[in-house]
Amino acid sequence: MRFEGTDKYVAADDLKMAVNAAATLQRPLLIKGEPGTGKTMLAEEVAQALGMPFFEWHIKSTTKAQQGLYEYDAVSRLRDSQLGEDKVHDISNYILKGPLWECFESDTQPVLLIDEIDKADIEFPNDMLRELDRMEFYVYETRKTIKATHRPIIIITSNNEKELPDAFLRRCFFHYINFPDKETMQQIVDVHFPGIKKKLLNEAMELFFELREIPGLKKKPSTSELLDWLKLLLAEDIPAETLHSSDVKKSLPPLYGALLKNEQDVHMFERLAFMARRQ
Amino acid sequence: MLIEFFNELRHYGLKPTVTEYLTLIEALDRQVAVCNIEDFYYLSRCTLVKDETQFDRFDRIFSHYFKGIEDATEGLFGKDEIPEEWLRKMAELELTDEQKAEIEAMGGWDKLMETLKKRFEEQKERHQGGSKWIGTAGTSPFGAYGYNPEGVRIGQEGSRNRSAVKVWDKREYRNLDDSRELGTRNIKMALRKLRRFAREGAVDELDLDDTIRSTARNAGYLDLKMRPERHNAVKILLFFDVGGSMDPHVRVCEEMFSAARAEFKHLEYFYFHNFVYESVWKDNYRRHSEKIPLFDVLHKYPTDYKVIFVGDATMSPYEIAYAGGSVEHWNEEAGAVWMQRLLDVYPRVAWLNPEPEKHWDYTPSIKLTQELLGDRMYPMTLAGLDDATRALAR
Repeated sequence: MRFEGTDKYVAADDLKMAVNAAATLQRPLLIKGEPGTGKTMLAEEVAQALGMPFFEWHIKSTTKAQQGLYEYDAVSRLRDSQLGEDKVHDISNYILKGPLWECFESDTQPVLLIDEIDKADIEFPNDMLRELDRMEFYVYETRKTIKATHRPIIIITSNNEKELPDAFLRRCFFHYINFPDKETMQQIVDVHFPGIKKKLLNEAMELFFELREIPGLKKKPSTSELLDWLKLLLAEDIPAETLHSSDVKKSLPPLYGALLKNEQDVHMFERLAFMARRQ
Repeated sequence: MLIEFFNELRHYGLKPTVTEYLTLIEALDRQVAVCNIEDFYYLSRCTLVKDETQFDRFDRIFSHYFKGIEDATEGLFGKDEIPEEWLRKMAELELTDEQKAEIEAMGGWDKLMETLKKRFEEQKERHQGGSKWIGTAGTSPFGAYGYNPEGVRIGQEGSRNRSAVKVWDKREYRNLDDSRELGTRNIKMALRKLRRFAREGAVDELDLDDTIRSTARNAGYLDLKMRPERHNAVKILLFFDVGGSMDPHVRVCEEMFSAARAEFKHLEYFYFHNFVYESVWKDNYRRHSEKIPLFDVLHKYPTDYKVIFVGDATMSPYEIAYAGGSVEHWNEEAGAVWMQRLLDVYPRVAWLNPEPEKHWDYTPSIKLTQELLGDRMYPMTLAGLDDATRALAR
């Protein structure tokens, strides 16, 4: 049982190693990297490649660790008590299972994605320590301990907006997804658009990497943006020659909206192009 | 097993823990990485290093520690393919625009390349140090980690008859080291430490705990309680030095500014030139017509504002210590007097200086400013910003 990438996901050697280490030792894997390098997709693809059920938990700034385990719906119990409903006597009617609980109950070993953990409160990772370590938690209301039947493969992504506490990091494997080089990028594109014309692809890649090298861009286009852009180019059936004639330094590439997401970047780009034309 | 390696990592400033080390051993025991130093490198990196800014350091220690293994296998490979390999590496040149300009000044790119080729032909052996030959750690324009600004960097791996490029020798993570320049996102992260949450304003959030408590007290009848939402209540005054010696730092200041703007709701910014005097301004295009008296600032913003200065504090000491010392106008009172007034009103102050910290001692005006501020000057790196936010939060 080794992860080797899938027909839709190209994984570098170091990433494969990290995933396999995490899967073998059943410890969480923390993934960081530039936005759009496929952090979130990884978990899905691992689940698919290894044929495991997939659970996801997306973190927001208001998410509490407790919500991943379970929530006690006190308000609806209170309401039911006012209405004199019968089910109010059994507290377990008001316990709502969180993604972690669902995942722990899975019959086969599952994959759990905890997406964008850095969005949550600073204390969030600390509150998860015991649950991630022992893969069990205690439900205070019903006095029951929930234990994972199979230790899940946990993949955690972070965009680096907050530093994570050392105690948390110590329990994880860590991998930083680097921006892919040209060859890897070629593989990624081949996997997503097998039929793409060789010439169009070459021209588009040249243009894309040239664009990334322009100094001072606020948001550099990333892998997912390149894929979107290629999709558009294919849909519009733009011939390779058009791309070739549009030298990055001279004019905006066709359908640039998919690559440049910031009006300041587009503006700066236009000014650069204007200056290049004048020379 | 590998205890020496573990100690080496700790010795050179990485902080892997015993648990992490045991995890690595367990992974090796379970045969996650077998008989392949590259696999072992990946495995140990993802087990022992949890911060991409430390990857570069790890690469260097790894390279240093496992050098013996490389050398032991050296004899296995052929020895005559050097120049070709080196020339191929030429494609990976990394030059900034300034460096390119300097190359132009030296007689142009072609000439440099020609010289390089000639050197390749002359040079027959691996070379280290010195000032002419191609190799590592020298001052020749050709080679790796040299100090010649017009130098051509030939990757470190281009040394001798390596059949495969070692991953850790590529040092791909060089630019992630946290003593490097700041990016907007990094600044935001550092500034976030300043956040202070408070509940103020309209009551629009259900306070569940209080609701339950008062419902119980109300003999079971529902008694809803509301409370205001939590939000960031920290207040910041930013003073930016503009013009003159600050011009080289304008980019990092822009980033600092945009990050701060995005992060704080109560943020006021002002510009000054070299040092604060009786007035500051908010619009650099109309700095002479639309001045704001510093007294107005002192009176308008209450004492719970935190003050951040951004400037290189590099000027003539007269500009701080004497009346009439300003380079731009006649100031009735010395800059130091105005600074003291600011400090009296706002006890929480930090000065961020984009000049590298090691140069501070050579500039009297920086030392003078340091003294005025009670040593609350921090370098404008991520680590410095961290210290500054900690000092401000105190």
